[in-house]
Amino acid sequence: MSMNTVGRPTRPEASSSEDRATLTGGRGLLQDEPLIFELGGWRKTGVDLPVVDFDASDLGDLVRAEPIGLPGLSEPEAVRHYVRLSQKNHAIDLAIYPLGSCTMKHNPRLNEKMARLPGFADLHPLQPQSTVQGALELMHRLAHWLKTLTGMPAVALSPKAGAHGELCGLLAIRAAHEAAGHGERRCVLVPSSAHGTNPATAAFVGYSVQEIAQTTDGRVDLADLAAKLGPDVAAVMVTNPNTCGLFERDILEIARLTHEAGAYFYCDGANFNAIVGRVRPGDLGVDAMHINLHKTFSTPHGGGGPGAGPVVLSAALAPFAPAPWVVHGPDGLALQEEASGEAAQAFGRLCAFHGQMGMYVRAYAYMRSHGADGLRQVAEDAVLNANYIKARLSDLMTPAFPHGPCMHEALFDDRWLEGTGVTTLDFAKAMIDEGFHPMTMYFPLVVHGAMLIEPTETESKRELDRFCEALRALATAAQAGDSERFKQAPALAPLRRLDETLAARKPRLTWRPEPTAVAPTP
Amino acid sequence: MRYLPLTPDDRAEMLAAIGAPDVDALFRDVPEAARAGDLFDLPLHAGELEVERELAGLAARNRSAGSGPFFCGAGAYRHHVPASVDHIIQRSEFLTSYTPYQPEIAQGTLQVLFEFQSQVAALTGLEVANASMYDGSTACAEAVMMAQRVTRREKAVLCGGLHPHYAATTRTIAHAEGMEIVRLPAAVDGEAALLHAIDGETACVVVQTPNVFGAVANVTRIAEAAHAAGALLIVVTTEAVSFGLLKSPGAMGADIAVAEGQSIGNALNFGGPYVGLFAAREKLVRQMPGRLCGETVDADGRRGFVLTLSTREQHIRREKATSNICTNSGLCALAFSIHLSLLGEAGLRQLAEANHFRARELKMALHAVPGVEILTPRYFNELAIRVPGDAAALVEAALADGVVAGVPFSRLDPAAGLGDVLLLAATETTTSDDIAALTRSLQRNLGR
Repeated sequence: MSMNTVGRPTRPEASSSEDRATLTGGRGLLQDEPLIFELGGWRKTGVDLPVVDFDASDLGDLVRAEPIGLPGLSEPEAVRHYVRLSQKNHAIDLAIYPLGSCTMKHNPRLNEKMARLPGFADLHPLQPQSTVQGALELMHRLAHWLKTLTGMPAVALSPKAGAHGELCGLLAIRAAHEAAGHGERRCVLVPSSAHGTNPATAAFVGYSVQEIAQTTDGRVDLADLAAKLGPDVAAVMVTNPNTCGLFERDILEIARLTHEAGAYFYCDGANFNAIVGRVRPGDLGVDAMHINLHKTFSTPHGGGGPGAGPVVLSAALAPFAPAPWVVHGPDGLALQEEASGEAAQAFGRLCAFHGQMGMYVRAYAYMRSHGADGLRQVAEDAVLNANYIKARLSDLMTPAFPHGPCMHEALFDDRWLEGTGVTTLDFAKAMIDEGFHPMTMYFPLVVHGAMLIEPTETESKRELDRFCEALRALATAAQAGDSERFKQAPALAPLRRLDETLAARKPRLTWRPEPTAVAPTP
Repeated sequence: MRYLPLTPDDRAEMLAAIGAPDVDALFRDVPEAARAGDLFDLPLHAGELEVERELAGLAARNRSAGSGPFFCGAGAYRHHVPASVDHIIQRSEFLTSYTPYQPEIAQGTLQVLFEFQSQVAALTGLEVANASMYDGSTACAEAVMMAQRVTRREKAVLCGGLHPHYAATTRTIAHAEGMEIVRLPAAVDGEAALLHAIDGETACVVVQTPNVFGAVANVTRIAEAAHAAGALLIVVTTEAVSFGLLKSPGAMGADIAVAEGQSIGNALNFGGPYVGLFAAREKLVRQMPGRLCGETVDADGRRGFVLTLSTREQHIRREKATSNICTNSGLCALAFSIHLSLLGEAGLRQLAEANHFRARELKMALHAVPGVEILTPRYFNELAIRVPGDAAALVEAALADGVVAGVPFSRLDPAAGLGDVLLLAATETTTSDDIAALTRSLQRNLGR
């Protein structure tokens, strides 16, 4: 999930913290680390390669004559550079990472170990299929688990992330409509609280987007949905549990109305972790749903990816799934790689090769470790943890939807900050000084100054209490008028607030040598 | 369950604090009809030993690329990755961090992305690069969509040397947007056909070099023709190591360069996760897809990095975004960047030379095999050959000799009528013994 911070570019006050300045720029264990372009040498390398008797006669004038401009580092220098940089990052391994809708949970190391077995990591996607039967079997088992957990008859594994999965689902929906002679359906309905990827994907597929209103209790407005459903609507995209952290109570009615109008029901499965093992989307009338393996099934986020976004499909949409998929053949398992034969209706290919195998191995190891019982416990503990946070903070902060339980995330608005001079952004930045990563801010857009907290099931009660105590102390300070603490925050992070306005106005996206620098001569 | 910290006592205490009688009460918004009562029909939780046993068993049923002579390429390449790369990417602070939305506590990831973008721009000879795409094929599709936005034209011309999976991926996405895709027939050298296909309606020309047949081309003439028609030139590269030796896309006139970055820093992984490289001319930056990291200063005037130009992106612009991409390939980009920092200018050149050297050795060995015709005139590390009979059958036969002889072109594009074409790649991991085993097998199986 994305955070909307950059929608409100910040320009920090130019106040100084010179009293904290050191002579070198280093701070305790944190070094001021230059760029590789400032560190590296143009002739230096950290890899010993065979010196070959190079002959360029088969390349002629295609050989590069100009230097590329790449710095090289020896191995000790490289290791130090990246380890120093790593120390400037927050990580789930350090503390709770309460980004609502992002689902930052513990990443088991067994999964890393399994994905690195040469029998998985050192496999070429196009080597003979008789030499990859174990890999195909793993894909087959993963598909079985995903189908069973969702109660859906088919799954397309190849999408590479959640948004890619949305694309897959909507392309299947589009292909199904066209096959039925309903190509005139060109509109997708999306609630105002949806992730930005939903409308972006719909537009990417060539659909127009119409917003569905939200009720005061944070759910889809059924009357508005019914009014907007018509012969032009191809699909309704609903996130469930939704981005307010609430289960759509009328989900069965939403599905019924959608189908009655001849449209398909796409469910954004980003929050599947809240219901896995307890609710099957297939029982809710869903036609297509992507599953972020990097959320619900804990493949690591890696600072922004890679993810994996398999899409489960209803019987109506299954024939349109993209190639490839695993089938039983005469000589064991086989990959159906072309849209022909039994795949004649497939809408095409979403990417080269077969998807995110490295993520499949990790996700499957996670599922097998938890089992049917553990996965159900995952959902229950995730929901319990979120409700605990909501209960512990609701007397100081204002929950956006105070009545009834939340699901896996607790949503607060900024009414409780009124008159304090402190904004949601300030509050988040002050959390950094207390050693915590902020929650998701200003999302969903339907709640003013939103603060969306998702603890996940892998936080202990002790860590939750530590987090709640910190937030309570900060809230008390804000309400007591200590606004300076917030405006100046963070003061203790590797950097203070960054000038995002400057970055956007005069973009510097790559390193450029200083005018005085000597050009490299390899 | 080893990954779940709450004890039954914790749960009871927390439920009391919430004021709920039991956990079912927290799920009360789920309609009765949709509540699964029983556990699903799946195995129960398992210990590390048990899971490891199952997965190791599955892995053992695969033949890893490194276990014998191996010549598959066609968009994914086996290279040696220094041990330090995998060690660093498993640092908790890289592996288990999120997209760097809070720049004050994500400078590690952000500085790496800035360095990555700078490296990609340098490699491709273009001014700006983004923070990565899913892979090369989706980057190619996004580049075509970008050309549509820039030129406001609806036609894309794909060269006959473009990897068929890239062509198929591009068609899927661009077709959905209503673009016309003209894919020229598969050809080792398709320049003439390509020049002929460019017209005043053309938004972009997509050329791959080295192409799927391994052929390296100077695309300068195509660039000139595209620009004369008001179209953009998109250059695709599936073997990033080739940048170390060959003229860059930018130097040959490309407006957008996309590439598969797997070759540098990343394992084969049976096809993913990989990392898409995406670079463009500076004037096109606001139409680029994906995340961008930019340099700025903090409140004390110290240099720092942030995600920037986000008003192109889906979380701000929603349906008006340049792309729907959110998650990208951050960790694979990190692996790419570390490996490239270790190589440096000199190391990358040496690596590229070692690849070409092995391919030259392979070419000479294949030349001596009766019946084999080499189709690729100028190559980097991959060759297309024509064999008497079915290339797929030949690959199966070679397997019995313990040799993975390459990728039959028919596997990539069964409709092309090139069932007798085999694609073979050699890299620095290929040995003279591997090549000897291959040629022995080919000679035997070609019945000479």
